[in-house]
Amino acid sequence: MPILQLKNICKDYIQGKEPVRVLKNVNLTMERGDYVAIMGPSGSGKTTLLNIIGCLDVPTSGEYLLDGKSLRDLDDDALAEIRNRHLGFVFQSFYLLPKLTALDNVALPLLYADVPLKQRRERAAEALKAVGLEERMLFLPNQLSGGQCQRVAIARAIVTKPDLLLADEPTGALDTRAGSQIMDIFRRLSQEGMTILMITHEQAIADCAHKLYHILDGELHGEEADTHGI
Amino acid sequence: MRENIRLAFQGIWGHKMRSVLTMLGIIIGIAAIITIVSTIQGTNEQIKENLIGAGNNVVTVQLNQNGNVYDMSWSPVPSGVRVISPQTREELCQIRGVENVSLYCWRQSSSSVFYRNTQHNGEVYGIDPNYLDVYGYQVQQGRGFTQEDFDGFRKVALVDGNAVRTLFAGENPVGKTLEISSDAFTVVGVIAQSEEFAPTINSMRDYHLYMGSSAGAVYIPDAVWPTAYQFDEPQCVALKVGSTDDMTAVGQDAARILTDSQIIDKSGSFDYRSQDMLEQAQQLQQMSQSTNTQLIWIASISLLVGGIGVMNIMLVSVTERTAEIGLKKAIGAKKKRILLQFLTESAVLTSLGGIIGVLLGIVMAQLISRMMQIPVAISVPAIVIAVVFSTLIGVVFGMLPAVQAAKLNPIQALRRD
Ligand SMILES: Nc1ncnc2c1ncn2[C@@H]1O[C@H](COP(=O)(O)OP(=O)(O)O)[C@@H](O)[C@H]1O
Ligand SMILES: [Mg+2]
Repeated sequence: MPILQLKNICKDYIQGKEPVRVLKNVNLTMERGDYVAIMGPSGSGKTTLLNIIGCLDVPTSGEYLLDGKSLRDLDDDALAEIRNRHLGFVFQSFYLLPKLTALDNVALPLLYADVPLKQRRERAAEALKAVGLEERMLFLPNQLSGGQCQRVAIARAIVTKPDLLLADEPTGALDTRAGSQIMDIFRRLSQEGMTILMITHEQAIADCAHKLYHILDGELHGEEADTHGI
Repeated sequence: MRENIRLAFQGIWGHKMRSVLTMLGIIIGIAAIITIVSTIQGTNEQIKENLIGAGNNVVTVQLNQNGNVYDMSWSPVPSGVRVISPQTREELCQIRGVENVSLYCWRQSSSSVFYRNTQHNGEVYGIDPNYLDVYGYQVQQGRGFTQEDFDGFRKVALVDGNAVRTLFAGENPVGKTLEISSDAFTVVGVIAQSEEFAPTINSMRDYHLYMGSSAGAVYIPDAVWPTAYQFDEPQCVALKVGSTDDMTAVGQDAARILTDSQIIDKSGSFDYRSQDMLEQAQQLQQMSQSTNTQLIWIASISLLVGGIGVMNIMLVSVTERTAEIGLKKAIGAKKKRILLQFLTESAVLTSLGGIIGVLLGIVMAQLISRMMQIPVAISVPAIVIAVVFSTLIGVVFGMLPAVQAAKLNPIQALRRD
């Protein structure tokens, strides 16, 4: 059973008065353990696609099966629960809560899963250890470098042991060195069996993935696009 | 929930100035209401205390100097003031509504009364035969004064329950000998006010008597008062009135008659004044009815304004924290949780305002009580209601911002940066 199946996903946005089709008949299948990268120029619809996969947005048409189950007609709270239990998010700009320590930031998704406090702390500490931040657990985000913040964000995404880890240009806001550290973490996570879908601008980063897709003007092209270049 | 409250306090602490300004409306409104309610409560309690004793329709008329009761314990016999004559007494009896009149002398605190080596710290009264009836005293042990006691200038005394306790250490005092101004007085009886009269609290003295904290009182026949104290003391007057409604008028009439007939030097600082609590009570009651309802309306408007202020700040807070809300929703926070977070924050904010308001209100009530001589009763239910109400304001006015936060679309929320 594929973890993810997109069938003819379309997404329209109203821009001005006209509806603009941002995603055009996107088909994508991911198996458990896959590490998929999607590349594409700015404005091509990458984030839109990730939002739909991440249950933050709903497609205009098409079918989306997560772990074989259709997500159509689920209400906001049901989608929130799916995001919480099955998905992990890493964003370009970290989105850490500035007043919480690294540990509390990481523990946050567990709070929404009603995990008791003690376990939240334990599991958050474990996740921080997995990204190599065991020594900075009680730091506030503004006491951490960009790369460290992104590692905290990754820890937050994996603390719930999600079925699918989604990353939207996770190195976009980082310098090369910090970026490559982040990529190492993703590679290791993938080796440990995590299913990862990553969006990126950079070819070098995309090369880490098992499979590479390109998106152009809302159309997703398979691996063969790789050979054509962009 | 605990987490929410902790976060709320963190948020409030993080914006101290803003939080205080936001709470100000609530603080002022609640403080005003607590002040007003405390004053009303105090006034009403006083009115109640005075009216409960309606069985005891006694108006006292006393000699005043410059508006203060003239106390012979500390001051000499006033010159130019006569002793009340039987004719004047008869005149007082003729006032419409008067049932009985008693003339008496008294000392607030007398250092010249002893039982063995114990000094009496309470009052001493020189009473006429009508006194016990006017004040509703009943003999509990021994006997009261007889006509022979008065006619024969007998050195006899009555004591009340407090005196039995403080002076005689609870022993039966009947037959014991008191030393009053170096004369031996035989205690013949113990008196107490009958039930229906007891709770009238017209003065601190009554209060102490009622609460049993007074050293008690010793009564001797007025016939022997001059031998124990001094001659020619102008007496106090106690008038028993048939109906509570007549008390004010009777007091005024009696005061006028006494001022006219007793005070020789009209240019002086002396006059007779009645102590009629009913009159005072009615004034207080009026105040608590008109002014205070107006004040409560004003305070409510302040609460409304405060609530709108809270709503405004919460809306700002939601806008400021759009990204935070978006992130929380993205990682799985349900609507209810976001809603609760913001509701908790605004409720904690207004509750805090309410608590500060209550404290401020208590302080103001005490100040007013000092300045205006109004009793205040800090009412616990009022405090509880005030705090609950301020919490409610937070919930009501926080609802709109909280709903807005909960409805926020996570993508749009995250996109905004
Ligand atoms: N909420 C929206 N309303 C209207 N247009 C949108 C909205 N979100 C995205 N778009 C448009 O959809 C296109 C794809 O956006 P996006 O998926 O963010 O691109 P990418 O992430 O690849 O840069 C862009 O042209 C953008 O302007
Ligand atoms: Mg994008």
